[in-house]
Amino acid sequence: MITGFLALYIFMLAAFTGYEIISRVPVILHTPLMSGSNFVHGIVLVGAMVALGHADTPVEIAIGVVAVLLAAGNVAGGYVVTERMLEMFKTSKPASPQSAEKKP
Amino acid sequence: MTLPGWMPTVVEAIYFIAAVLFIWGLKRMSSPRTARTGIVWAGAGMAAAIIVTFFLPGMHNLPWMIGAIVVGVVLSWIVGRRVPMTAMPQMVALFNGMGGGAAAAIGAVELIKFNAALGLVPNTSPIQPEAWAGVAGHLGTTELVLAFVGVLIGAVSFTGSLIAFSKLQGWMDRRFVFPLQRWVNLAIFVVAVACGAIALAAGIEGHAFAWGLLVGFIVLSLVFGIAMTLPIGGADMPVVISMYNAFTGLAVAFEGFVLQNEAMIIAGMVVGAAGTLLTQLMAKAMNRSLGNVLFGNFGAGGGAAQQEIAGALKPIDANDAAVMMAYAERVAIVPGYGMAVAQAQHKIWEFAKLLIDRGVKVKFAIHPVAGRMPGHMNVLLAEAGVPYDLIEDMDDINPEFPNIDVALVIGANDVVNPVARTDRNSPIYGMPILDVAKAKNVIVIKRGRGKGFAGIENALFYADNTRMLYGDGQAAASELVAGLKTLDV
Repeated sequence: MITGFLALYIFMLAAFTGYEIISRVPVILHTPLMSGSNFVHGIVLVGAMVALGHADTPVEIAIGVVAVLLAAGNVAGGYVVTERMLEMFKTSKPASPQSAEKKP
Repeated sequence: MTLPGWMPTVVEAIYFIAAVLFIWGLKRMSSPRTARTGIVWAGAGMAAAIIVTFFLPGMHNLPWMIGAIVVGVVLSWIVGRRVPMTAMPQMVALFNGMGGGAAAAIGAVELIKFNAALGLVPNTSPIQPEAWAGVAGHLGTTELVLAFVGVLIGAVSFTGSLIAFSKLQGWMDRRFVFPLQRWVNLAIFVVAVACGAIALAAGIEGHAFAWGLLVGFIVLSLVFGIAMTLPIGGADMPVVISMYNAFTGLAVAFEGFVLQNEAMIIAGMVVGAAGTLLTQLMAKAMNRSLGNVLFGNFGAGGGAAQQEIAGALKPIDANDAAVMMAYAERVAIVPGYGMAVAQAQHKIWEFAKLLIDRGVKVKFAIHPVAGRMPGHMNVLLAEAGVPYDLIEDMDDINPEFPNIDVALVIGANDVVNPVARTDRNSPIYGMPILDVAKAKNVIVIKRGRGKGFAGIENALFYADNTRMLYGDGQAAASELVAGLKTLDV
């Protein structure tokens, strides 16, 4: 059980961690990183599963299903989009000519 | 399903490992060399956390759960795979909005359970925890407050992100402004918070609240997200999306507290903080304060007339332009979002390579917000195969422009508009720009005579040393390539 001040400490430390991670990032990674953090808050799926898993009435189940559906979309979409963006950073050497032909 | 008694401990342990992996993954994502493995680490943590959640005690509705996960994952996966790289910013908005909506829905379920359970609990005021023995749905005061706040933030992030998505996708008018809008929005917000506060106060006192209050609170929160985003112009959308990303993170952290789920608290809070900082960095790159973005209504109601721009647009044809650059010593290519939309980055890189082969020094000059987000243009150029060392940031290249023989502007407009330095009445006054106007010659590839994203005339296009090359970005780039090749015959 997390209560009062312990929660506050967790909030505080996690916030500093997030701030520190981003503060030294080059501009070129802003978009991928935003997408990456978008993926990380997809952990909301776990919460949505818990909410649905303990839902009893039809209304609760309906809202729970919406929550799980949206959260699953967040996780999968966030991962794919981030992965595709970061794929571009494979190498800093000039890419081979055939990569120029590849259409997205 | 009966599970062994040690299962919850295993689940907790996996959540802890997942939280570590998220932070580790984000850390790796913050450097270009390790970025790719970062998302894989974070993904592994996520997969583990999701799988063990099935083994929490007392989970039911499993068929619904699995069905919803499969549908959600498959749809997003397909959409995420298919969209072109140019559409990435709106995809981030869309998926972020879904996360916010999920957080709000979790809060809604918990509040419904709580309110329904209040009727079953002996009415003592203030409510005693022991009265809840055997009744599901208990929330302490802190949890109750955070559940409400999480619903509000999550709902705003949900509808706000969807509006941002539709705007960037071009489904919606750039801006939607009406008189007294700010006051209407404020009223919506105040009434939403009032509904929530009355329900919250009743809940803390141990009385069940009217369902209408909860419904009103949620619906008005959703409406507020729409109302707040409608007046914001497309150019400011990246900042707004980043802000909603931070919002979703916070909402997730708060609802994580309600559910006593540490992984959600930590991951949500890290994203909340990281997203806030990222939002500030983006706003700074555009020389706009966050308040200005949210409440400034870019250009709306700006009474002062902008300066008239004297001069004429002088066209040039592709062959002449190619020759001009072929015999230049130094060429700077200034790409903007228009280039990406036309999918011209591959052709432009081909053209640049031909110039390099002829001994011309070529650089790509990138404005911090070129494309739709900081770094978006770098991603698009990297996709076309342009090496890093040819790409220069604004601060590095700006002092060099006077020595550059030809600056080739393709699909960029507002970020090269000298009006940002000279005209105090212009809505973009003060925005940092690339000093393209200082180059000896400027060639602008542009589809038509329209204005840029911000809807402002561009003084650069009328300058004496500027020539306009009209045409679709891809076609114009192909003509340039053809023009260069004929030189070698």
